[in-house]
Amino acid sequence: MSTVLDPVSFVESQKNGTDLPTFQAGDTVAVHYKIREGNKERTQVFQGVVLQRRNPGSNETFTVRKISNGIGVERIFPSLSPFIEKVDVVSRGVVRRARLFYLRAAKGKKARIKTRIG
Amino acid sequence: MTSVFAADGAMIPCTVLEAGPCVVTQVRTKDKDGYEAVQLAFGDRKEKSSTQPLIGHFKKAGTGPKAKVTEFRGFKKDLQLGDQVDVTLFQEGDTVDVIGETKGKGFQGVVKRHGFGGVGGQTHGQHNRLRAPGSLGASSFPSRVFKGMRMAGQTGNVRRTAQNLQIVKVYPEQNLLVVKGSVPGANGSWVLVQK
Repeated sequence: MSTVLDPVSFVESQKNGTDLPTFQAGDTVAVHYKIREGNKERTQVFQGVVLQRRNPGSNETFTVRKISNGIGVERIFPSLSPFIEKVDVVSRGVVRRARLFYLRAAKGKKARIKTRIG
Repeated sequence: MTSVFAADGAMIPCTVLEAGPCVVTQVRTKDKDGYEAVQLAFGDRKEKSSTQPLIGHFKKAGTGPKAKVTEFRGFKKDLQLGDQVDVTLFQEGDTVDVIGETKGKGFQGVVKRHGFGGVGGQTHGQHNRLRAPGSLGASSFPSRVFKGMRMAGQTGNVRRTAQNLQIVKVYPEQNLLVVKGSVPGANGSWVLVQK
């Protein structure tokens, strides 16, 4: 009776976001995010460190943290959002965990992330 | 449940419903039955697990045995025996009511069943009244417990209606409806969708 095997995964497969480059926690990325104001559309760049990627699959999100005027700002992006224009990987970081929440409390030397070369 | 993106980029939590194609298996009329309704059948069933009277009933409408049969009142369209009803009845942006049987929770206390707060705190020597209902009423007058006093008991497994759910998307080829929010019942259970 059913024309599709699993209705939920069918609906999820209809989401088509932009193809993202591979990145992981610790990388510094620049997210080009489309913002609509009235009828105008412009692109805003949010650059920072990826704290985590969670909910793998069609509901995946990633958290980006940056320090703006001395204040920490975090933003969560749905990976498949149609409003992500592109994601640039600025640098790859060397980290030893998948979730970098310790960065929120870390200051000075502890808040640095070594850059991976190659 | 899953989620889809709205036109403004917002993420909408939603439920995917498989709706139709349903077959009209009987038309109730004012003259014959005293009320007007349309009987719809949905979902295939094996012939060997259906009774002969039911097979005959479905044969009249020109279909095989069906798993679920329900009457709907107040159809706008004129429908004949054997007509097909599918998701094209609904459009994106419409609001619908979804009726289903909620998940059974078994025998539950008043905290889960009625949202009571329990009695007292966890400390100060209190030891066994944490999730208790408290007082049921006064004493010598009225000397009884009023009817309808909220107490522990069977929770869930009742018919409930989720009203005014917005239709986010319609997939006519796949017979799928995507509605905003949650609907009563476990995954894979039967629900009625009413405009």
